[in-house]
Amino acid sequence: MGRLTLEEVNNAYVDVLKEIGNVGAGNATTAIASMLGIRIDMSVPKVALLEVSDLGSAICPEEEIIVGIFLEVQTDIDGSMMFLMKMDSAQFLVNKLLGKDTYSQNAFDEMDLSALKEIGNIIAASYLNALSSMTNLTITPSIPHIAVDMAASILSVPAIQFGQFGDHALLIKTEFGDDVMINGFFILMPEEDSYEKILKALGLSL
Amino acid sequence: MGKVIKVGMADLNICKSPDIITTIGLGSCIGLTFYDPITKIGGLVHYMLPDSRQTRNNSNIAKFADTGIDELLRQMMRAGANRNRLVAKIAGGAKMFQVSGLSNVGNIGERNAIAAKEKLRMLKIRLAAEDTGLNYGRTVELHCETGEFYIKAIGRPVKII
Repeated sequence: MGRLTLEEVNNAYVDVLKEIGNVGAGNATTAIASMLGIRIDMSVPKVALLEVSDLGSAICPEEEIIVGIFLEVQTDIDGSMMFLMKMDSAQFLVNKLLGKDTYSQNAFDEMDLSALKEIGNIIAASYLNALSSMTNLTITPSIPHIAVDMAASILSVPAIQFGQFGDHALLIKTEFGDDVMINGFFILMPEEDSYEKILKALGLSL
Repeated sequence: MGKVIKVGMADLNICKSPDIITTIGLGSCIGLTFYDPITKIGGLVHYMLPDSRQTRNNSNIAKFADTGIDELLRQMMRAGANRNRLVAKIAGGAKMFQVSGLSNVGNIGERNAIAAKEKLRMLKIRLAAEDTGLNYGRTVELHCETGEFYIKAIGRPVKII
């Protein structure tokens, strides 16, 4: 294969991320559907390449409260990943999982937070499995960490990670649900040398 | 009341009384303000990383503590602020996720706060007050009429430093 330009690699990488997002979100949807005992459909994920400085308002207004679940990954790929949900989606999933009144809008208690962590864990693991099987790389996630806070402050974490190498970040948006649509966002943050490893494993290199 | 000037991530600006300068949802980033109480000129930089020299891609000077604070100082002076009267305040530098302390993500907020203090010491500008660390996001406002620095967080009372 001839040498590709950065732009070509980026375009190809976006396509691959889309495909990983597709498979990962498919796995996650199946896992959540069987856990909650409901039927879920999903749409094709969208991948957006954003300026790092715009990440804080990429999901919703900067001051809106969202849920962020953060995992570190290691073994063949070092880095971290995040799964983000708006409050209405998080509330819906928690209430379904814990069998509460679906319209309850109270603040999250300890039990809710731990249910959310578990949901985030399943979704992130499904996504990482897809990445792992496409690249043949072993990826081990850490335990999940959770934060419920302003979108801009949660998104400062990936913004800083990406900001160390460049000015762009990739955000993957998935949508699933039946009567209520759940919006979820993935951000994969490989360390710089792991990013090259992923590209190489996919047959894309600079 | 004057205008409200918004500063984004990796961004900086200055303003004069009676205006207010604000940045929304500081996480691990730092919001650093300068204020001259006589001319009532204020400025705010929202930087993401402690040191421009550790990054190859460092064209956006407001992204880093060292270059961002220098540029904010330059703009303050050009607008008529007196360097000897300047007071600095900082907020942010939170650890949003309770990951192990050794990793890069774990301590970036703390490193960002330390970078501000080192830079201010070098510039010989007094750090009058700070609200940094812990695990929550902060929205901040510098009121140029009074020099008061408002800090707002979810589920916490407003703090004025």
